Amino acid sequence: MSITNFRLTADEYEANFADIHPPFENLTAALVEANRCIYCYDAPCMKSCPTSIDVPKFIKQIANENVKGSAHTIFSSNIMGGGCSKVCPVEKLCEGACVYNLMEEEPIQIARLQRYSTEQAIEKKWPLFTRKPSNGKRVAVIGAGPAGLSCAHVLSREGIDVTVYEKEAKGGGLMTYGIAAYKVTPEFCEDEVNYILSLGGIEIKYNQELGANVSVADLQSQYDAVYLGIGVGLARQLSIPGEHLDGVVDAISFIYDIRSKGYDQVKVGEKVAVIGMGMTAIDAATQAKRLGAKEVTMLYRRTQAEMPCTEVELNIAKLDGCQIVWLAAPKHVIGDEHGKVKQIVCSTMLLGEPDASGRRSPVDTGETMTLDVDMIIKAAGQMPFENLIAETNLANKYGKITIAENGVTSIDGIFAGGDCVNGGKEVVDAVQAGKDGAQGILNYLMIN
Amino acid sequence: MADISSDFLGIKSPNPFWLASAPPTDKKINVLRAFEAGWGGVVWKTLGSQVKNVSSRYSAVDYHGSRIMGFNNIELISDRPLDINLKEIREVLKEFPDRAMIISLMADNTKESWHELIKKVEDTGAHGLELNFGCPHGMTERGMGAAVGQDPEIARMVVEWVMEIATIPVITKLTPNVHSVVPTGLASVQAGTNALSLINTIQSVTGVDLDTFVPNPNVAGKSTFGGYCGPAVKPIALKMLTTIAQNETTRKVPISGIGGVSTWRDAVEFMLLGASNVQVCTAAMKHGFRIVEDMIEGLNYWMDEKGFKKLDDFIGKSVPTMTHWEDLDINYHIVANINQDKCVHCGLCYIACEDTSHQSINLDYGKPYNKYTIKEEECVGCNLCQLVCPVDDCITMVEQRKGPEYLNWKDYQRLGLPLNDH
Repeated sequence: MSITNFRLTADEYEANFADIHPPFENLTAALVEANRCIYCYDAPCMKSCPTSIDVPKFIKQIANENVKGSAHTIFSSNIMGGGCSKVCPVEKLCEGACVYNLMEEEPIQIARLQRYSTEQAIEKKWPLFTRKPSNGKRVAVIGAGPAGLSCAHVLSREGIDVTVYEKEAKGGGLMTYGIAAYKVTPEFCEDEVNYILSLGGIEIKYNQELGANVSVADLQSQYDAVYLGIGVGLARQLSIPGEHLDGVVDAISFIYDIRSKGYDQVKVGEKVAVIGMGMTAIDAATQAKRLGAKEVTMLYRRTQAEMPCTEVELNIAKLDGCQIVWLAAPKHVIGDEHGKVKQIVCSTMLLGEPDASGRRSPVDTGETMTLDVDMIIKAAGQMPFENLIAETNLANKYGKITIAENGVTSIDGIFAGGDCVNGGKEVVDAVQAGKDGAQGILNYLMIN
Repeated sequence: MADISSDFLGIKSPNPFWLASAPPTDKKINVLRAFEAGWGGVVWKTLGSQVKNVSSRYSAVDYHGSRIMGFNNIELISDRPLDINLKEIREVLKEFPDRAMIISLMADNTKESWHELIKKVEDTGAHGLELNFGCPHGMTERGMGAAVGQDPEIARMVVEWVMEIATIPVITKLTPNVHSVVPTGLASVQAGTNALSLINTIQSVTGVDLDTFVPNPNVAGKSTFGGYCGPAVKPIALKMLTTIAQNETTRKVPISGIGGVSTWRDAVEFMLLGASNVQVCTAAMKHGFRIVEDMIEGLNYWMDEKGFKKLDDFIGKSVPTMTHWEDLDINYHIVANINQDKCVHCGLCYIACEDTSHQSINLDYGKPYNKYTIKEEECVGCNLCQLVCPVDDCITMVEQRKGPEYLNWKDYQRLGLPLNDH
């Protein structure tokens, strides 16, 4: 057993990481689906979208063969509508609310239709937005992720000159660095960022990290307002013995490597345990399998009823051949004589009374189970940048920035939104947070 | 099983489904395929003077992802030599003696031409003639087709010429490109036609190509008015059919119903409004002759369900229910009801009523699903909500009479009853 790269051939990697949601190949195919949509009024799909995309309108526009208008409708509400069409858990958002579900029929393929319009817009570089003439106001945005870019785009449209400070070498945030490659490719993410920037008025300064070479105080003195969209970063520790053995990695860095290095460069074990059952855990488990791991076992301390990921996501893992062990809480990791992971021991749990989240909390039965593994991927959630936030003196709760409406923080002129506020939600939630923050900034600068 | 055999002016066919005079009945090979598929009869594509066709010839109107809601053609009458047509008609008659063979005719506008053509055609042994007074394109410029059908007196004259010599039943086909089909229908019946058929195609422009700016169909950068048919024209055809079935003179002759018949249901509707049989074209052109199988089967099951033994049991049954507006009962009042168990909360009823009707639907906001209920006191019973609702039987119209007695508009006025005040 060993952790190694180059497990597969180039063709195998390509097949394993091919698009999991193939697009409509042509207009006719898109029209068949678009024409199924009944064009609901005050539509449940729209109300279930965190960015309130006018779904019936954009689908009707496809049906009317006004694809440009359709893309404009989507981007007006969600400038990352292209990426969201690939990564949103639509089964619990728009498509989950589609009235066809109530007719016991398959919901409209909203994401696929959204992808149809937005991909064309990005590929053909349709100039769907124009910015108002510069009004001389300057805003700094920290973090070129979904929240930051969404905020920047709204601000620039209103004539504000925006400078985005990004710690990575590319924009897009978790969309670029934190999502399974079979859902969205790094190339698409780059195109999407470039499309957002094509509006003009937004400059991204890369490799600029808050706390290292950027400080909120400096930016505040140089700009009329500052928006923080720095996300969350640190993988939550398991705090169990053996956690630091060779072979224990966190899902965020594992996925980051897949996104930034190329598939054959990423090392994966033969027998892999993934801890957690959120979207990131699924992305880690499925990609470990797709990188060539022989066995992937997902360990979760509760049951399917409490899992954070959707059933659709769970089924991707199951179809990829990942094993699922419910009610298994990691207890300690056992290493071999070289300090490498050999086994993981889990406590077998039982569901007890509901906790603060309303979910039944797991109780240790005292029994254990042991799994032979050579790699452990931790995907038990991410922690906010608690120390960084403390340095800014912003009001916060365990590192999560406290905001009022429209991203208003405790410090005048500083706004925040996205994962650094909510602790980690969907891309689409971050996009909305960026819009809200932009509105807060526009109010603050008395524009509009 | 019911008896669906048809007897139209003594012309027998195993079912009331004929193919209309059109491209599908232009050649022996097509007609043989139609009869093999089970069609009861055909009206052979119009014979007359020699013509030449152009390409393209057809265009269509698609709707909401469905192809050919309406169909348009600029094809003329048969462009094949008369002798070949006559020879093929004879051959088909020999192979399928049990099917109806009607020949559509459009002679030059002289008595001699009509007489000469009819003699030649009768010589084939065909069972009947259909006079094409309806073709709206190409032939009218030469004083034929719709040019005859649009002028009752010309139609009367031509029918008289025909009746002087015809020894087999004569059906006169009416054009819809008139304000009313009754005057020409009446003139034709008075001149002795044995039956009427309607409607022919409606003059149309199906659309304009937004890239070339040329309307459809495009013939080397130009277009021309064509004849519209298919499902889109059915309601117009039914209306015109009804006026013929209501007129005390024209209703005395059998009527062959034409215009957008695509299914057994369409056929039944035509027959309920007075057609003795139906003629089909567009649906066959879209799907092929095989559609007749379900027309036969569907008609049979429906007749069994309703207890009809033969076609005459229901032909014309709905005609007496068509009346004048001023004879409708004003006291009859219905209001909509939304079945909350079936409602899928699409809001289509609400927005239709709120924007374009009488603001009779309540919206109780919910996320993501709103609740919609009817304000009965505001509802005028227009049906709009029920029509837009995507769920069967979710919205029903419930009777709430304004008064127990029948009360029409004339009585209402006479009694000086109150009009709306808002």
